[in-house]
Amino acid sequence: MSDSLYLAWRYMRHHRIKTAILVASITLIVFLPAGLQVMVSRTAEQLGARARSTPLIVGRKGSALELALNSLYFESKSPDAMRMTQAARIRDTGLARAIPLHVRFRTRKQPIVGTTLDYFAFRGLRVEQGRQMALLGECVAGADAARALGASPGDSVVSAPENIFDLAGVYPLKMRVVGVLARTFSPDDDAVFVDVKTAWVIEGLAHGHAALKEGEILSRKGGTPVANASVVQYTEITPQNIDGFHFHGDPGEFPVTAILAVPHDAKGKALLMGRYLGRDEVCQIVEPVTVMDDLIATVAKVRSYVVAVVVLVSSSTLVSAALVFLLSLRLRRREMETMSKIGCSRWNVSSLLACEILIVIALSVGLAAGLALVTNVYGPSLIREFIL
Amino acid sequence: MIRIEKLDFAYPQGPFRLVIDALSIEPGQSVAFIGPSGSGKTTLLHLAAGIVTPEKGRIVTGSHEVSALPDGARRDFRIRHVGLVFQEFELLEYLDVNDNILLPYRINRSLTLNGEVRRRARELADDVGIGDKLDRDVRRLSQGERQRVALCRALLADPQLVLADEPTGNLDPENKELVLDILFRHARNATLVTVTHDHTVLDRFDRVIDFAELAT
Repeated sequence: MSDSLYLAWRYMRHHRIKTAILVASITLIVFLPAGLQVMVSRTAEQLGARARSTPLIVGRKGSALELALNSLYFESKSPDAMRMTQAARIRDTGLARAIPLHVRFRTRKQPIVGTTLDYFAFRGLRVEQGRQMALLGECVAGADAARALGASPGDSVVSAPENIFDLAGVYPLKMRVVGVLARTFSPDDDAVFVDVKTAWVIEGLAHGHAALKEGEILSRKGGTPVANASVVQYTEITPQNIDGFHFHGDPGEFPVTAILAVPHDAKGKALLMGRYLGRDEVCQIVEPVTVMDDLIATVAKVRSYVVAVVVLVSSSTLVSAALVFLLSLRLRRREMETMSKIGCSRWNVSSLLACEILIVIALSVGLAAGLALVTNVYGPSLIREFIL
Repeated sequence: MIRIEKLDFAYPQGPFRLVIDALSIEPGQSVAFIGPSGSGKTTLLHLAAGIVTPEKGRIVTGSHEVSALPDGARRDFRIRHVGLVFQEFELLEYLDVNDNILLPYRINRSLTLNGEVRRRARELADDVGIGDKLDRDVRRLSQGERQRVALCRALLADPQLVLADEPTGNLDPENKELVLDILFRHARNATLVTVTHDHTVLDRFDRVIDFAELAT
């Protein structure tokens, strides 16, 4: 058998291109259905796990999927904002805790999540380096976000401008990283967390500037002075200028993109959901599990179509591969005849051919397994990219 | 070494028929088969080697009645006792010179490939002048060099019988002489049967058999 393996290997090495094409074809045949299965299962597992750990999400009426994906993964387009008073409305019912989320901005590619300290307790997030955020302008980074930004406690990160051509738009805010979270293998690892008030500063709803001198005030609208352009606006919140930061308006009217509602019990959950059924209601309440189950069902349906196509393509590829093998046998008839004339046993002829098939299959299965492993790691994020 | 009695052979397709009443070749003899194309010279080599079997008659090669052996035993007999040389060399292009020489030891478990065999292969290659080309791709060899590789392959197992089918048919005069020299030198203890159309080499053989007279 070792001699047959050796001869088979030499033959395949000699015919590298033919072997590579065969291996590639069979790798695809093996990998596509298996990889798809792995990808969908892992995605379902990840989506499901995150959704199951989040009882309810309240947001503006619109796409429930977009709301759930933005609130769970911080990746989707931001849903329409709603007012912060919605959080108080939930708390006032006494049925659930309310955790506001403001997910609109990014620092480079990492989402900036404006929230409260309740979020960390709710998700079980632990600060591994540094400390928890305490002041306006401070942030803590998820493990992957810190690595991607090259940031550690003491460094600074800057929010990305929404539109670089909008000269009158919001200034980027330089934020101080005070902590890095322990890895949780969840979307939290990719995010940079700030207090919701810091998110409002980025949004331009709060700002800081040097004290106004009399000559710099152009007019007063109500209690709000309108200053001329010579007044320096702060783009970083420091201990020295933090007192110069202030909100204009009622923070209760300020926007959040979602509120995570954590009911105290099943009855509270049912009652809370009932509160958002009114026809005039501007907000919706969604159960992430339901939304994700629908999404997974859709993905599974697409998968079954894709698998059907893959099976068809694979069958024809297999037939082609078999044809190539048979044609190659015909081309090699003289070689086989020579070996027979010299005295090659029938067993050896068969084992030589079997070894060639074995090597191709082993290489293909090995490659397919490698691809499946890669899919296992990167597949779910790939699917999320496609969905989002 | 070879004894043929009442031989009657025909291929399943085609009108060709080879009938030989009696033929005997002594051990250690060198014999040249001559005759027109299609007269059955190559077929007789194949019958003597057990590649094909006759419908009727007996073929005894050495101590084996080849015509009565089953297929597997005939293959074992060939690999151990017969060295075959072909006009077209029939080397495997995907193997280098060394592996082509060692091929019989890789395709039948009757022979065992060991260090002694490898050493003999190197010596044989040195002796025929291709010792420095053992790791070379056989496609990069000249015709003469290829036939020398084929000779090494045929002679490595030290066969009792060497069957050469027009071994010089594709060679220039210089290489023709060289190959025949090698063949006679290394097969001097074996029985050598060669098919040839080249009448200039016949005086090298102990015996010349004309198929026009032998076969009916």
